[in-house]
Amino acid sequence: MSRPAEATVEPLRAESAPSTGAHTHVPASAAPVLTVEGLDVTIGRTVRAVRDVSFSLARGEAVGLVGESGSGKSLTCRSVLGVLPPGCRVADGRITLSPSTDTAADGATDADVATLPASESAELTALPRKQWNAIRGRRIGAVFQDPASYLNPSLTVGGQLAEQLRVGRGLSRSEAYARAVELFAAVGLHRPAELYHQYPHELSGGMLQRVLIAIAVSCEPELLIADEATTALDVVIQAEILELLQSLRKEQGLALLLVTHDLAVVAESCDRVVVMYAGEIVEDGPTTEVLAAPAHPYTEALLRVASIGDWGRRELDIIPGRPPETGADLPGCRFADRCAYVTKECTAGPVALRTLDGGRRARCLRPAGPSGETRSAAAADPGLPVPQGAAL
Amino acid sequence: MSSTLATDRSAEASESGSTAPLLEITGLGVSYGRRAVVRGSARRTRVLADVGLTVRAGEIVGIIGETGSGKTTLARATVGLVRPDAGSIQFDGRDLTALGRSELRDFRRSGRVQYMFQDPLRSQDPDLTVRQIVAEPFAAIGALSRQERAVRAEEALSLVGLDAAEIGSRTPGQISGGQRQRVSLARAIVTRPQLLLSDEPVSALDASNRNLVLGLLDRLRRELGLAVVVISHDLGSLAGIADRVAVLYRGRLVEQGPISEVLEYPRHPYTALLTASAPSVRSGHRLLPAELRAPVGRDPWPDDVGCVFAPRCRFADDACRTEPRPAAVGGPSVPQDHESGAPEASAGDEASAAGHTVVCHHAGSWRARLG
Ligand SMILES: Nc1ncnc2c1ncn2[C@@H]1O[C@H](COP(=O)(O)OP(=O)(O)OP(=O)(O)O)[C@@H](O)[C@H]1O
Ligand code: SF4
Ligand code: SF4
Ligand SMILES: [Mg+2]
Repeated sequence: MSRPAEATVEPLRAESAPSTGAHTHVPASAAPVLTVEGLDVTIGRTVRAVRDVSFSLARGEAVGLVGESGSGKSLTCRSVLGVLPPGCRVADGRITLSPSTDTAADGATDADVATLPASESAELTALPRKQWNAIRGRRIGAVFQDPASYLNPSLTVGGQLAEQLRVGRGLSRSEAYARAVELFAAVGLHRPAELYHQYPHELSGGMLQRVLIAIAVSCEPELLIADEATTALDVVIQAEILELLQSLRKEQGLALLLVTHDLAVVAESCDRVVVMYAGEIVEDGPTTEVLAAPAHPYTEALLRVASIGDWGRRELDIIPGRPPETGADLPGCRFADRCAYVTKECTAGPVALRTLDGGRRARCLRPAGPSGETRSAAAADPGLPVPQGAAL
Repeated sequence: MSSTLATDRSAEASESGSTAPLLEITGLGVSYGRRAVVRGSARRTRVLADVGLTVRAGEIVGIIGETGSGKTTLARATVGLVRPDAGSIQFDGRDLTALGRSELRDFRRSGRVQYMFQDPLRSQDPDLTVRQIVAEPFAAIGALSRQERAVRAEEALSLVGLDAAEIGSRTPGQISGGQRQRVSLARAIVTRPQLLLSDEPVSALDASNRNLVLGLLDRLRRELGLAVVVISHDLGSLAGIADRVAVLYRGRLVEQGPISEVLEYPRHPYTALLTASAPSVRSGHRLLPAELRAPVGRDPWPDDVGCVFAPRCRFADDACRTEPRPAAVGGPSVPQDHESGAPEASAGDEASAAGHTVVCHHAGSWRARLG
C-alpha cells in the first residue's frame, strides 16, 4: 500500500513502520527553542499544582505532554503562554525562548510592533506583560479545545485573521487579505475567499479549529502549543487536524507542544513524550521507546488503558485509585497509592527524576528496564497487588 | 481475537429462550422543522431515513457516527421523546409509534426503557444529593414507598461500584467526573429497565474512567440481562464490550454487523475512514486515512444525489448517483460487487438482524482500487 496520498498533507504513519510509526527525527544536537526549568505553579498562596517541571523542545520537534485531568499539563503550557488563570502564578523557575537562528528580517523590523527582536533570547517569566503579549502570537502560537470561545462571534473569521496579520506582521489591509486567503487554503479550508467573510457560528467545530490554527501560525511562530486541540472533534476530523499540524511542522519548521490526555494521539504524532502525574513529570523520552517499554509504573498503566488499535473483545483495564488532591504534600512518591510495585522506600522520601539511558528520564526508585525487564524487587516482595483487572 | 465470549453469550440467550428481539426498529424516519430558514426554504430537515436496528436482551449494540449524524435523535425516538414520521419501533412486541400521547407517557414512566443523557453535568440537578438524583425516576412512577426507594437507590449505587454511605449525601459538584457518570448510570438502572440507551457515556472521561464505565455496562448486561445501546465515538473501547455496531452517516445506517468484523474489515468506505482515523498506541492500521479521503479539488458532488457519503467518498462514481440499498455481506470472505448496478434489493432484511449489512454500490470492490 504505497499509493501516494493525494491529500495536501502527508500521511502520518508509514505502512511499514514498526511500533509507533515514523516520526520526524530531530537531531539530538538541535538547539532548543523552548526551555522550561524548575517550573513551580501555585494556586492561591500554597497549593503547589505544578512542581519542579523541566523540559525542552528542539526546533521543529513535536513533544506530547500527557497525563490525566488535573495533572498540571494545562497549567504548564499556560505558564509558557503567560495566560495562567486568575489566582495562579509562576512561583519559581525559568521559561526561556531561545533566539531564532534563521529569522528573516520581515516583520521583526516593523517599528510599530512592541516586541522583542526575534534574535534575542527571552526569559519569559521576567518579561513585562506587554512584551509577553507580543511574544504570544508572534513567536508562540496557541490553539485550545473550544475554538469558538477564542473567536469574536460578531466579526468574520477572515477579518480576525487579517487583524492578526496587520498587528503581528505589519501587513497592509490588502496584503493582509491576500495572505489570510492563502493561509485558509494552507490549513485545508475549502473556498477560502468565501470563507473569509463567514462568521464563527456558520462554521463547524473542525473548520473553526482550522481557522484558529491559521491565526496561530499566521506570524510564523517557532512554537505552537495545542492544548487538547483535537479532543472535542470526531476521529476523522481529529486525524485531519493532526496531519495538518505535522505538515506545518515540516513546512515551517514549527516546534509543537501537544497537550493531551490521550496517549494514542501522542503515539501518532510526537517525537518525544513527557508524562505528568499529580503536578510532576514522572517520565519522558523518545515516544517510540517510552511506549515500547515504559519505565514508570504510571506510564505503564496509561498504556494499558489506551486505545490499542485492535478491535477484538477484551477486558477493559482501569487504573485503580485516584490521584492525590492537587498540591497535596506527600512524603514520598506521588504515585505510591496506586502503584503495584510500591515498597517502603517509595514513601520514605521524595523521589527524584533520574536520567536513564537513551535520553530518557523517570521519577521512580525501580524503573523498568528498556527491554521491559520486570522490576526485580517486586517479585521478592510478596502480597503486592497485580496491576490489572477492573476491580470495581 | 476473543469471539468466544460473544458466542457463549448468544448460546445463553437461546437457552433462556430470549432470542426474540427486545427492540426492533424498522424503516425509521425523523424530520425536524427548520429552526432558522436557510436561503428562503422552509422545508423540514430529514435527520433519519430508513433506519433499522434490532437489539436483544443481554446484548450491547454500539452506534457510531460523526457529530450531527442522528445518533441522539435515534435514541430519543426510541424512548418516545421524538415522534418519528415513518417506520415502526417495536418494543417487547408493542409498536411505540402507534401509542397515543398518554399511553406513550405511561410507557416512558414505567421505566422499562431508560435513556442516559449525553453530559451528566447538565442533566443532574446541582442542588440534589446523589441519593436524590438516583431515586428521581421513582417520582414519575410514584409506586414505591420512601423506604423502598431508598433501598433501591443504594442497590443501584452499589451495582455501579459506588458506596452510598460515602457519597450518597454529596451533590454533583462534590464528586469527580467519573463518579458523576456512574451516578447517571445508577439513576438509569434504578427502575430495573429492560433496555438502556446510553448517549456518549464516556466522551468526557479519561481512558481509565471510560473503561470503568463501559466495563460496568458489560457487567450489567451479564448480571441483569439488560439490553444496551451505547452511542460512542471511541471505537476501541466500544469494541471491547459491544456485540454489534451500527454506523450512521447523515441519518442513514451505512453499515452494521458484529463489531469486530465491521471494525476489522469494514465494507463501507466511511467505516473504513473512521477506523483508519482512530488514533492508537500501536500502528495496527492497515489503511491510512489519507488514502480514503476524496481527492482535494475534485468537482463537488451535486447536493442530495445518490449515496449520502458520495461527497466525501474517494470511490464515488456514476453508479453512486443512484442511492444504494442495504445488502447482506456474506461471511468473512470478500463480497462480490454487483457491477450491473442492480442493487440486491431488500436482500438484507432478514439477514440484517444478526448478519452484516452494508449500503454501498462498491462494497466489494473499492479496496481493489486502493492499488
Ligand atoms: N430539536 C431539534 N430541532 C431541529 N434540528 C435538530 C434538533 N435536534 C437535532 N437536530 C439536528 O438533527 C441532526 C441530528 O442531530 P443529533 O443530535 O441526533 O446528532 P448526533 O449524532 O447525536 O450528534 P452529536 O455527536 O453531536 O451528539 C443534526 O443536524 C441536528 O442539528
Ligand atoms: S517510586 Fe515506588 S511507588 Fe513510585 S512509581 Fe516507582 S515503584 Fe511505584
Ligand atoms: S455507494 Fe459509492 S459513494 Fe457511496 S460509499 Fe459506496 S462507493 Fe462511496
Ligand atoms: Mg448526540
